[in-house]
Amino acid sequence: MGTLEKLRDALIEGKVEEVKHYTQQALDENTPAKTILDQGLIAGMDVVGVRFKEGEYFLPEVLLCAKAMHAGLDLLKPLLVGESGQSAGTVVLGTVKGDLHDIGKRIVKAMLEGAGYEVIDIGVDVDAEKFVESVRKHKPLVLGMSALLTTTMRYMKTVIDALQNEGIRDKVKIIVGGAPVNEEFAKSVGADGYAPNASEAVDLVKRLTAA
Amino acid sequence: MEEMLYSSAHEMIFGFAKKPVTVANGLTFGKGKVVPEVNFTLPPMDLAHENVPEIRERFKDIAHRIMERCVELQQEEVVIEFEHLFDMTERPDFGAQLTKDLKEVIEKYRQSHGTKAALRVTVADIRDRTRPPRMRSGKEIETMLRSFELCADAGADILSIESTGGKEISDNALMIGDVEGLLFALGVLGPRDMDFLWREIVSIARRYDVVPGGDTACGFANTAMQLAHQGLLPKVLAAVVRLMSAPRSLAAVEVGAVGPLKDCGYENPVIKAITGVPISMEGKTSACAHSSPLGNIAAAVCDLWSNESVQDVKLLSGNTPEVFTEMLIYDCRLMNTAIEEGRAEILRDLMVDSDRFLDPQALILDPKVMYEAARVIVNAGEDKFKQAVAVSRYAHGVVKEAEATNKIRLRGVEAKWLEKIGKILEHLPEEEEEFYASVKARYEGHFIPEEYGLN
Repeated sequence: MGTLEKLRDALIEGKVEEVKHYTQQALDENTPAKTILDQGLIAGMDVVGVRFKEGEYFLPEVLLCAKAMHAGLDLLKPLLVGESGQSAGTVVLGTVKGDLHDIGKRIVKAMLEGAGYEVIDIGVDVDAEKFVESVRKHKPLVLGMSALLTTTMRYMKTVIDALQNEGIRDKVKIIVGGAPVNEEFAKSVGADGYAPNASEAVDLVKRLTAA
Repeated sequence: MEEMLYSSAHEMIFGFAKKPVTVANGLTFGKGKVVPEVNFTLPPMDLAHENVPEIRERFKDIAHRIMERCVELQQEEVVIEFEHLFDMTERPDFGAQLTKDLKEVIEKYRQSHGTKAALRVTVADIRDRTRPPRMRSGKEIETMLRSFELCADAGADILSIESTGGKEISDNALMIGDVEGLLFALGVLGPRDMDFLWREIVSIARRYDVVPGGDTACGFANTAMQLAHQGLLPKVLAAVVRLMSAPRSLAAVEVGAVGPLKDCGYENPVIKAITGVPISMEGKTSACAHSSPLGNIAAAVCDLWSNESVQDVKLLSGNTPEVFTEMLIYDCRLMNTAIEEGRAEILRDLMVDSDRFLDPQALILDPKVMYEAARVIVNAGEDKFKQAVAVSRYAHGVVKEAEATNKIRLRGVEAKWLEKIGKILEHLPEEEEEFYASVKARYEGHFIPEEYGLN
């Protein structure tokens, strides 16, 4: 088994130290960083994604594998400057004003990070001004809003209106999620997409950022 | 608690608690009847100040509809739970006004139809807004206690909360399957916060002569169940977390809560077995809020039967609060008829048998398991960490034995997790001090030790 296969398998097993070891070994063997990324780390994460969808892995395994991937990526980053192996892009996430629910958003954050995105979590009970400020500051590809209450979901529209009023609505894709939210609601408030769970949120962000 | 009020699991049954509780209008819980407890929430609308008149009208209308359905179905006893949304606690006058509005409707039906209704007010734990949260200092705790006080004064019969002490650790611990983190949250931080918070709540309840009901580990055990339902966590971990949360919820009773304990975390039968307090539970009629594998078994030893929460939307037969009131009434009517006809044990056992081997979480909710878990907690002594460790090991052992004897089937990945959890539990330090020293650095920055009376 070659180094890249060993790297991929170590990542699938979530073995952080082994991932670091085989990443370094591949570099020492003069394998291009981009090849290590594609055929080792990303190939491994692809398998992890399939296992999660098929119920063979739970979230803890996925997060451990993501941690292993980042350990390998840290070694590759200096060599990937200018190449497409850097962050897949920035996503800003927040739970809207009046709502303190956090864990769903955190799971989406963790899964997006596992998929290579840089995620900035601006917290819970976030007002429109802070969402606007975060879009200006971080220039994310995607802004994700979460709400778990019927009485807070409408605030998503307030945020989107605020972005519109500030002239930056078109600079960012907006996705929404949370128990009371659905596709129809997402459309009605002018969001670009809705995902019913963290896994589909990652797919949605990938689709929106690929466009 | 050094002794258990129940002498066997068989003695535990729905509708009866060793220490019944009576509210001001004479409605008693745990004295031979199961009472429906209806919880509702608003449809999509915001809680801005300008909407307060509309919200008040909506609340009154919902209460009317619930009470009217009780009258139509000749249901003479009911509990309405008013579970605060964050703004209703954040603005104590707002929450108190809605409490007053609901109580007026309840009182009207007492006068016109003789319906005995009690109002449970569940204040929101707004300390969870900031991370790490301030549990004992700062304006959040002051606002919460003010909210309890105003709601007690405005007509609440029962005070409750789903408090969040330790949640700043458990959220992440659940995500990464960190059993030690869960124990730190539920066996160290949670009980300390419960002790602090519930002394305050009990003091307020006594001042206003209302009932200090109880607390439930919603943000821990129910969250674990929901993550398991979504395939994010193993069910075996959710089953262990359920029992791990019991010592923390017991802490409220130890400082003066008397029940009816609040539904949602499903850990209440353990506390009933030890203390004899009446408990509210939720099962199939909470499918409006979330799915569970506990639809029937959850009712086995309940004293109140709840729907968790339903948003007020129109269905063909009416709006959801009255529809779920009707469903709860029929569930309670069946249980109460079984009691009257001396067939309650048969119904209880059928409810248990219909669920218990289909999911490890249901297995844990078997009254026999809950009773033995209570005994394990009592035998562990007063130390909450020791209680949490002992009962977690017990939960693990129950699932493992059921798997080994082919009573339940676990998928391979679930079985691996069961093995992993067992190893972690086996190798834990036995003393809290040693445990805290071993994990403190890992969670540093995520909690404020002083806010829990820790160094």
